[in-house]
Amino acid sequence: MTTPPPPSAAAEIRQAVVDIAPALVAAAPIGLLYGALATAKGMDVVDVLLASGLIFAGGAQLAAVQIWDHPVPIAALLISTLLINARYILMSASLAPKVAHLPVVGRILGFHVLADENWAMSERRAGGGRISAPYFFGMGAVFWANWMSFSLIGALTGPAIGDPTRYGADFAFTAMFIALTAGFARSRTSVAVIVAAAAAAAATHVTLGAPWHVSAGALTGIAVAAILGGDGEAAA
Amino acid sequence: MSDETATLVAILGMAAVTFGCRISGLLLGPRFRPSGRLRVAFDAIPPAVLTAVIAPTVLVTGWAETLAAAATIFAALRLPMLATIVIGVATVVVLRGGLG
Repeated sequence: MTTPPPPSAAAEIRQAVVDIAPALVAAAPIGLLYGALATAKGMDVVDVLLASGLIFAGGAQLAAVQIWDHPVPIAALLISTLLINARYILMSASLAPKVAHLPVVGRILGFHVLADENWAMSERRAGGGRISAPYFFGMGAVFWANWMSFSLIGALTGPAIGDPTRYGADFAFTAMFIALTAGFARSRTSVAVIVAAAAAAAATHVTLGAPWHVSAGALTGIAVAAILGGDGEAAA
Repeated sequence: MSDETATLVAILGMAAVTFGCRISGLLLGPRFRPSGRLRVAFDAIPPAVLTAVIAPTVLVTGWAETLAAAATIFAALRLPMLATIVIGVATVVVLRGGLG
């Protein structure tokens, strides 16, 4: 591939919005679901906005709503959040070298809004190289605003929406993750990683339950990659 | 602690935990450049994490979810993301209706 001239900031932001658009659509019902469930558990609209704005992690937020109770089980909530979001340690470490050229304050803000979807898109965009500031920040800002908006709408209109699983809204999240994963399945090693991670995560979910399946599956997949890594095949 | 205070503490605590996870990779800094086997392991992080999150839904939730996931995987290898999501959601709605 020849090196093209650096694209303009506007073009980079436009590309970021195009790339994240499917994730915006998929996150919308999940945000609605979160807002509706959280208010049903007694959180008010300000609580929902604080949670979505500051935690900004759909999986952890939905898990928190599941175990939310009165009195609020703070310790259980923090442990669950750590287990579910521990994957961000790996994701953050993986993406950090690709944004090392960006200003530090920007990196901190950008990493605060690092979610599965914009992280996966950023990794794909970087392709082992660097990622531009307008692309990285533009995508993060749009994704954050989208999550905030639909959480708010969900909190305000929750009781009127009814059961979201009736519309398959919960499966949008799964389908999007399958699409993201397919983008990484480019070598024999990465297919082996996916199969191993899926088997270990499912087995752990059946035996130990959530949220242990996330760390168990991820670490198994990574271990398989490390074992196969000596073959000289380039992993995706 | 009142319920309102506890709610606030829980939200801020969850935010702090999450932020800590997200920022940890930055703290390693640009010095951190894995190579060889470690590099392959790091490259495996994205698919491994994404797969682990959804594996219970795909494999051990019900036939509707498993079959819809299979249709979604088939679509994901051929179609753009939005089309893939539409096919996945439509399939699960139909199958849930059919399989109860």
